[in-house]
Amino acid sequence: MSDYTAYAVLAGRSVRLTRRNPDAVITALVLPVMLMLVFVYFFGGAIETSTGTYVTYVAPGVLILCAGYGASMTATTVSDDMTNGIIDRFRSMDTSPTAVLTGHVAASVARNAAATSAVLGVAFAIGFRPHAGVVDWLAACGILLLYITTLSWLGAAAGLLAKSPEAAGGFTFGMLFLPYPSSAFVPIDTMPDWLHGFAENQPVTPVIESLRGLLLDQPTGDSPWLALAWCLGLLAVALPVCAALFRRRTG
Amino acid sequence: MHREPRPSWAIETRGLSKAYGSVPVLKGLDLQVRRGSVFALLGPNGAGKTTTVRILATLARADTGQATVAGHDVVAARSRVRRAISLTGQYAALDEEQTGLENLRMMARLRGRSPAAARRRAAELLERFALTGAGDRRVSTYSGGMRRRLDIAAGLVGDPEVVFLDEPTTGLDPRSRRTMWATVGSLAGAGVTVFLTTQYLEEADQLADRVAVLDRGRIRAEGTPEELKKTVTAQRLDLTMAGSAAYQALVGRLGGRALHRAPEELVLGVATDGSAAHVRALLDELDPTREQVARFALHSATLDDVFLELTHE
Repeated sequence: MSDYTAYAVLAGRSVRLTRRNPDAVITALVLPVMLMLVFVYFFGGAIETSTGTYVTYVAPGVLILCAGYGASMTATTVSDDMTNGIIDRFRSMDTSPTAVLTGHVAASVARNAAATSAVLGVAFAIGFRPHAGVVDWLAACGILLLYITTLSWLGAAAGLLAKSPEAAGGFTFGMLFLPYPSSAFVPIDTMPDWLHGFAENQPVTPVIESLRGLLLDQPTGDSPWLALAWCLGLLAVALPVCAALFRRRTG
Repeated sequence: MHREPRPSWAIETRGLSKAYGSVPVLKGLDLQVRRGSVFALLGPNGAGKTTTVRILATLARADTGQATVAGHDVVAARSRVRRAISLTGQYAALDEEQTGLENLRMMARLRGRSPAAARRRAAELLERFALTGAGDRRVSTYSGGMRRRLDIAAGLVGDPEVVFLDEPTTGLDPRSRRTMWATVGSLAGAGVTVFLTTQYLEEADQLADRVAVLDRGRIRAEGTPEELKKTVTAQRLDLTMAGSAAYQALVGRLGGRALHRAPEELVLGVATDGSAAHVRALLDELDPTREQVARFALHSATLDDVFLELTHE
């Protein structure tokens, strides 16, 4: 059998399982929208940014945040597969483990595409006004897609590492937390000095600065290249780590 | 002697050993399973049954020894083995939130069937396992017996030569167990080799052409159920004791030799070949004062007796 079929079949499986899991749908779609409304209406009045309305500043940040939620679910679904019997069935059928994990990553990308659409739709309705051409949009989507894929593979690694699906969710805490000490929600120069070094040099900041720069037609500087380097670097770590963890888990 | 053109063994192992850390689980397992037969690996919890199945199904590696399944080495030709087998473990390997039909279709697609062929195969298997009516329901709504049947069906999408069933009836109610026995019987009738593990002697007796008794990592006996019953202990001598003191005293003396204990009736059973000489010798040995045993009776041994005799400390 061509591996391509296994990839397609297992991606379809993961997407179907996500759709049928009410928790997953709520976490993937409702939570990001709620978070954006909280940021805009509860906190936004107190936050001064250079982009006019706060929703325009924060919408890209919310997209990054929901990428974290979407990817953290990958940890849970991968761990689910590893702790019930189905992984043994797939292995005894000679299905490649990469295809199983890629299926979960594909579902994560699909969840995030839906979440991104929902967040952008609501953002437009409450005043998000980007200034971007087609090329800028495509570039922004590309970076977002790469970021989501990277986080999802890290999530898959967490799922392989954890002993239970609950623990797997906990392992992804870092992904959910990293957007806060970045420029996602407030400009870094409003943070205490000791935090600047971390906030400016962690992976979320160049990703968010790229999105904001591209969508709001502001100078991006070297952010897109830094974002690319971070994501590809993390992927280069996550993929072999997943392979090694899978072998250890099933050895 | 004339050599067969293809190996007649569906499964053959030589000296399989495996330890988890410092705990030995298998200690030199030699098995031969004929093509198209039903083979039962019988043993108590912790005997090494699941480890054996996992090694044969290529999911775990033995520390030493060799195994071939469907003529292929489980390590060197792992992919070939995987294409020739199916494994149904103790825990249903199904997606709870997919329907029965979707699960089977997915497995058939992964086995390389086209979408249309996968749908046909799934429908066929649902019908064969009496699940047609439940095909469009999610597995999370299935009973334990239905789940187990679907699990076995999922293993058959690729027409395997060898089917591994690890404790196929553990946790099922008696009616579902009967249905499962019929299912296993129909597999064997279709020319598939079935390798099953069980802790139930009755099950091995009912289903298997040959039985191997596994205890603490070693095969204690192997043969047809009838052979086992004969070679190990053809008959059981049941002694009805004169009183509870006599009963207790004999329990203490027999220890693991007691194949059968019924304290309420004051009955103890021991193995015998059924000959007058042996029965007389046993009576003399166990009741030298000729006051303790009130009555005796001879029974044909059950597989339970064999099992207890083989696995006692």
